[in-house]
Amino acid sequence: MIDGLLQTARENYNLLVVLAGASLLGIGAGIIGAFAVLRKRALTGDALSHAALPGLCIAFLILRERNLIALLLGALASGVIGIAIISALGRWTRVKSDAAIGTVLTVFFGLGMMLLGIIQHLPGVGSRAGLNSFIFGKTAGMTQGDVYVILAAAVVCLGLIVVFYKEFQLVSFDAEFAGSLGWPVYGVDLLLMSLVAAAVVIGLPSVGVILVSALLIMPGAAARFWTDRLSTLLIVAGGCGFAMGFAGTLLSAADIPKIAERVFGASGREFALLKAFANLPTGPIIVLTGTAIFAASMLFGWRRGAIARLLAHLRFQRQWNERQLLQTIFDELESATPRRTVTRAALLARRAWTGAQLARMLAAARADGLIADEGGEISLTPPGAKAALEIARGQRLWQVFLTEYPELAASVVNLVSASVAEFVPAATLAELREKLQAAGRWPREEALA
Amino acid sequence: MSTAALARPARQVPAPKLTLTQPLALAGYLGICGLLGWFALSRVVVAGDWPSALWPIAAGIVCNASCGILGCYLVLRRMSLLGDAISHAVLPGLVLGYMVSGSLTSPWIFVGALVLGIATSMLAQSVSSLGRVSEDASLGVVFTSLFALGVILVGLFPGADLDTDCVLNGDIAVASVDLRSVGGWLVPRPLVALVPVLGIVLLFVALLWKELKIVSFDPALAAAMGFRVMLLHYLLMGMVSLVTVASFESVGSILVVAVLIVPAAAAAQITERLSWMMAWAAAIGATSAVFAYWLAQIFDTHLAGATAVVAGVQFTAAVFLSPQRGLISRWLRNQALAVRIAAEDVVGRLYRAEERGQATGVGSQETGVSGIVGWLANWRLFHREWVARDRAGGLRLTASGRDAARQLVRAHRLWESYLDTHFDLPRDHLHEAAERMEHYLDPQLADELAAELAGRAVDPHGKEIPAAP
Repeated sequence: MIDGLLQTARENYNLLVVLAGASLLGIGAGIIGAFAVLRKRALTGDALSHAALPGLCIAFLILRERNLIALLLGALASGVIGIAIISALGRWTRVKSDAAIGTVLTVFFGLGMMLLGIIQHLPGVGSRAGLNSFIFGKTAGMTQGDVYVILAAAVVCLGLIVVFYKEFQLVSFDAEFAGSLGWPVYGVDLLLMSLVAAAVVIGLPSVGVILVSALLIMPGAAARFWTDRLSTLLIVAGGCGFAMGFAGTLLSAADIPKIAERVFGASGREFALLKAFANLPTGPIIVLTGTAIFAASMLFGWRRGAIARLLAHLRFQRQWNERQLLQTIFDELESATPRRTVTRAALLARRAWTGAQLARMLAAARADGLIADEGGEISLTPPGAKAALEIARGQRLWQVFLTEYPELAASVVNLVSASVAEFVPAATLAELREKLQAAGRWPREEALA
Repeated sequence: MSTAALARPARQVPAPKLTLTQPLALAGYLGICGLLGWFALSRVVVAGDWPSALWPIAAGIVCNASCGILGCYLVLRRMSLLGDAISHAVLPGLVLGYMVSGSLTSPWIFVGALVLGIATSMLAQSVSSLGRVSEDASLGVVFTSLFALGVILVGLFPGADLDTDCVLNGDIAVASVDLRSVGGWLVPRPLVALVPVLGIVLLFVALLWKELKIVSFDPALAAAMGFRVMLLHYLLMGMVSLVTVASFESVGSILVVAVLIVPAAAAAQITERLSWMMAWAAAIGATSAVFAYWLAQIFDTHLAGATAVVAGVQFTAAVFLSPQRGLISRWLRNQALAVRIAAEDVVGRLYRAEERGQATGVGSQETGVSGIVGWLANWRLFHREWVARDRAGGLRLTASGRDAARQLVRAHRLWESYLDTHFDLPRDHLHEAAERMEHYLDPQLADELAAELAGRAVDPHGKEIPAAP
């Protein structure tokens, strides 16, 4: 099989180059897009790519040939004009920003479609212009020269990000703070927008004008589920972008069914789906790869993913229940001091718990080694007693704090924290404690011993 | 609203005057566009070929009008991009509906699109709250995914009249040839769906007029008053999906959003009343359909793209020419104001010179403003007979000019005194504020200020406050 792969690689050198280009494009777009998502400029790429279509068509109408660099320069020019109009509408008129984006995006795209129709009906050149592939993208039409252009541009973009990493980092998290420190926020924004424009334009041939924004947005948005650190975020986003570019290009490459047949030695119906994919435009396949990655991140991401959230919620609930249980046991023991054990009935009398809830909580606490249960007589183990004393003290301090300083309660930082000791000065803490001791309500170890 | 607020005598809000300006303007615009459109069409349509031209145009008018009306809510609620996303995202629902039923007019298509349209807005919301990314990023993820799915479905299972080109551009010309009999009338297929949808849109707007209006302008107030804001939101998104699908054949899946947003955004530049905004949006959408047909014919190109371009031209016109908000009209108003201020400044200076006992104070550069504004200010001074030239060529005030100047200087000094009494401003900061304010204080307001400062005869600099002329 390895031999088969090597053989295929030699035979499909062009496919490999295209794959390399698309993967690198994915990495670059993922990283640039992550900054754009953080800076809340996600849809700028969408507006830019739609607005790029008329420029592409005009460049073709002028040259009458499919020169990729010229086409992309035309696309870049009209995309930038579109963005400039959007910001001019925001600056000088009362058109709201969303309406401005929507209007410019659709009108430019409509103009592009009109020009595309004109080109298609041009005698001679129309049918071989192949500009339609720019709408949904098609990597198969790329020549090696095209790929080298993409490669070079991607390398330049990544290099710029490395050089200006600190500036981007500061501006994408707190632009106002950066401005007040004297950083050139406007300049950094402009550079970021130029990088977005470059990524969009480079992505046009393979992903197409309609969906190229997904290549920018999806990796950054997916990476948010995994991490809160910028450097990790960029790496994850780059990885997602790489996967999108690589898998999408591979699936939609025209030679893939043939190659799969050769490498895996099978033929016929097994690769029917691959064959169907091979006739499809590349853009939607790249985007759907991204959708799969995004959905997986949303489920499994260990920072914000749905499963991680559910686990954290359950953990918190368990801790909370344990605290409530220990505190109730302490209160009960304290009120009947010579006794060392409590009964379920006594606990239920103190709380609005159902028997089943209490049984679950007791089982959990016993599993954690905090209590012992000998025939319905529940007692605290030494670690359980230590924890219960701490919890009871924290709770009593809360009570007396809220009765003594009710006006401070609203401004207190964290009402769910276990102890007031975290934000009350030591002197006040001592005062609260004395009040409790004077009233005989300070939890003492003797209550448990 | 609390009863206490009702019990207090409310400040009288003048009832909206019934003026003929809006209806006349709209009728005039439609008339001019109708004439131009008829002329344009008569150049591209061959005499015997009118039915094949008029049916697509009629379908376009109905489609664009219903989109334009709904688009007003999207633009007012700043949800244009959600409309954009939904119109892209209904594609897979449409394709699945088409695969189930095999027809582009079956109810299944509408069901599929409705489900996906509402799912898009729900998904976008949950993604942004779960992933802590901004709303637009989550929108970008959701709608590109669904649209890509739709494109792949179209590619994998192409149908007789559903292919990628149709998704992009619609194919109204082909569809219009397919005549269906409705109650004895032969009607082209797209209109069979479009006319009822326009009816539903109008019914929706009429029935929920008050609710939608308050939700559009002040969602927080609407929620406080007990309106079910989210239900209205999803109803609106459902309607957007519905018109998107109905418009599919006329403008294609991608450019529906052009007729949803662009006419409404243009209408928002023209008027501030919701009812007139809708009328204007419908009118702009309808005229777009007419001229787009002409444009597509002369350039031999896609109708959908041309529709977006014509709507864009009208939007540009509205941005520049709208009487209230247009860039040109605002510029003209600013220039007129500059002329008035320059002229008033001249009589003010002459009046102060007279106070100091100088007969003429201003030389040949009367206004101190060069260019056309200065020239117009000069013209205004002589036209209103505020100033006259004496024998030496200097300027002096006429009686009416002195009245105007007294009014101005009175406003200036009253404002200085008012600022001095009520604000803790240093003396040398009073003049500049008053220099601006003097042009905007009308006589009535000046009298109120004088009453407020009862008994004060001189301004903070010791100059006499002139009596009202």
